[in-house]
Amino acid sequence: MTTVARFEVKYKQYLDEDGKLTTKKAPAIAKDFETLKKLYRDMALIRQMDTKAYALQRTGKMGTYPAATGQEAIGVGFGSAMADDDVLVPYYRGQASMVQHGARMEEVFLYWGGDERGSDFQSERARQDFPIAVPIATQSLHATGVGKAIKLRGEKRAVFTEIGEGGTSQGDFYEALNVAGIWNLPVVFIINNNQWAISVPSEIQTACETYAQKAIAAGIDCIQVDGNDILAVYEASVEAAEKARNGGGPTVIECISLRLCDHTTADDASRYRPDGELDEGWKKEPIARLRSYLEANKQWSQEQEDAMQKEIVAEVQQGVDNYLNTPVDKPEAMFDYLYDELPERTLAQRELAIARGAK
Amino acid sequence: MAAITLIEAVNLAMAHEMEKDKEIVVFGEDVGVNGGVFRATDGLQAKFGEERVIDTPLAEAMIAGVAIGMAAQGMKPVAEIQFMGFIFPAADHIISHCARMRNRTRGRITLPLVIRAPYGGGIHAPENHSESTEAIFAHIPGLKVVIPSNPSRAYGLMLAAMRDPDPVIFLEPKRVYRIEKHEIEDNGEEYPLGMCFVDREGTDITLISWGAMMHETKQAAEKLAQEGISAEVIDVATVNPLDIDTILESVQKTGRACIVQEAPKAGAVGSDIAAEIAEKAVMHLLAPIGRVSGYDTMMPYYRLEKQYMPKVEHIVEEAKRIVEYR
Repeated sequence: MTTVARFEVKYKQYLDEDGKLTTKKAPAIAKDFETLKKLYRDMALIRQMDTKAYALQRTGKMGTYPAATGQEAIGVGFGSAMADDDVLVPYYRGQASMVQHGARMEEVFLYWGGDERGSDFQSERARQDFPIAVPIATQSLHATGVGKAIKLRGEKRAVFTEIGEGGTSQGDFYEALNVAGIWNLPVVFIINNNQWAISVPSEIQTACETYAQKAIAAGIDCIQVDGNDILAVYEASVEAAEKARNGGGPTVIECISLRLCDHTTADDASRYRPDGELDEGWKKEPIARLRSYLEANKQWSQEQEDAMQKEIVAEVQQGVDNYLNTPVDKPEAMFDYLYDELPERTLAQRELAIARGAK
Repeated sequence: MAAITLIEAVNLAMAHEMEKDKEIVVFGEDVGVNGGVFRATDGLQAKFGEERVIDTPLAEAMIAGVAIGMAAQGMKPVAEIQFMGFIFPAADHIISHCARMRNRTRGRITLPLVIRAPYGGGIHAPENHSESTEAIFAHIPGLKVVIPSNPSRAYGLMLAAMRDPDPVIFLEPKRVYRIEKHEIEDNGEEYPLGMCFVDREGTDITLISWGAMMHETKQAAEKLAQEGISAEVIDVATVNPLDIDTILESVQKTGRACIVQEAPKAGAVGSDIAAEIAEKAVMHLLAPIGRVSGYDTMMPYYRLEKQYMPKVEHIVEEAKRIVEYR
């Protein structure tokens, strides 16, 4: 027998869990402290946002919410690599990348607070971004469709789409990789491997050594990165985005992290999470890691930290206030966006909803 | 002006609109060089190129998902699902995303796309190739479900489907793809979606049908006329949203209604039409509403196919029973 093809999956990490550089060949971003401080603040903001969302849910002011505690480096990292006119096709735990690409915090709160207006992103940057896809993995295919349109029009834009590692078990994910490879589409597939699909761990999800290697069967490039190292996530994303915009085709980036929270507010991870996992996980989390690195380089102080925390608490509170101050939509809103023009037959139901709502 | 078949009319409409609207892109399995397994896209790739008439890999969910992404960017995808029996992998995208996108983004993202599929029985096709499952999509708010019954209507409705700002499921009754020819002038004139057509005026009973069954229904009306019964015939054409007003108006005039469908009887488009008539026109009725339909069974393999399909004589029989009801 002869070998007809051979494959490998590269792994990227620049910051170890103590925030120390693992290589002397660190990328330029490692010395770009202004950008790193911005990324640090953006991650801290998302954590505060998730904390606040949990509190809102627990006090009956918001519905089910999926926090992304411990995974902030992934969404913030690839979200920062996106250009304004790139398109984001997020997954349901995608608040970090969504906010990074221009969605407003109150829009995320509105969505999980049961209001469709939360997906009517107002900022110009997010205007073409997709709303969250709740059926798992469908977004991967929507991203390839967006990529196909971009390619047919000859534009230099990239599409980013995120998916959990559990989501990669869906046929839609494989179909998306397959067609992205055939058509050489400008799509970056981010696999957020937080090691849990609700209660199901990786050994029940795949027999693969990596999730990244699923790209190999589709003939597209892949890389695995330490998803708690924002330097690695950011650099891999920037490279993949540039490649996509310049006709180089799709990339799969598997970011390994750990979900340091429950699946959602409706979940209790203590039912299935092994003892000790959380303690170990908190030692590797991305925000403290970057702070250690900044401090070691004399770029960050306790005073700066205190000032920043004060700012982000106020910023998140503003988002919460904006959400809570948004009055419930009128009942006819159920009808008004169903079609461009409401069918005659449904018109009477609209009138009925208005009449009932007025009582 | 040439006389053309229903499938040629679909082709003509696509060619007409692709010429006019550069955002239209046709894609699906075998739609390129091969021109589609039924030849609906015959010649389109040669005319418009591989960038606008695209052969896809064999994956229906992908076809629908890609259509959504392209439409969200303002393109106008016209996707083919080779047979309606294979639409179910794509149903997640059609139901969970196509139908909902405008509403869930409050109009920020709209999806002006068409998904075409040949459907229905009667051509001795293998398993999963012959079902009439239009009710599944007719049930979904946010979708439009259109079924042409003849070449002229296929041309006009297909044009309207491609120009519609919302997602349209365009179901082509393949049994009548080539059963008759119409003289069609390629003038780009559309027929409106969401409207029934009154194909024959009558005073004694209203026969309501759509798709391939329109042929049996019209023949039944002819036979009834020979027996002195004047049947009005309505082609529903768009089963979602339903133009119930035209149907009610007719039933109020004739006082009798018979619905003819190839699909199984239960939970079907015909059930909805019957319920609407019962709700809104019962005091005009001179007899109970009748339904001639397929059985509530699997679509049989083709040896029993004829046994399953409603026939002209069944429609005549049921119509006479209704007219003679005292």
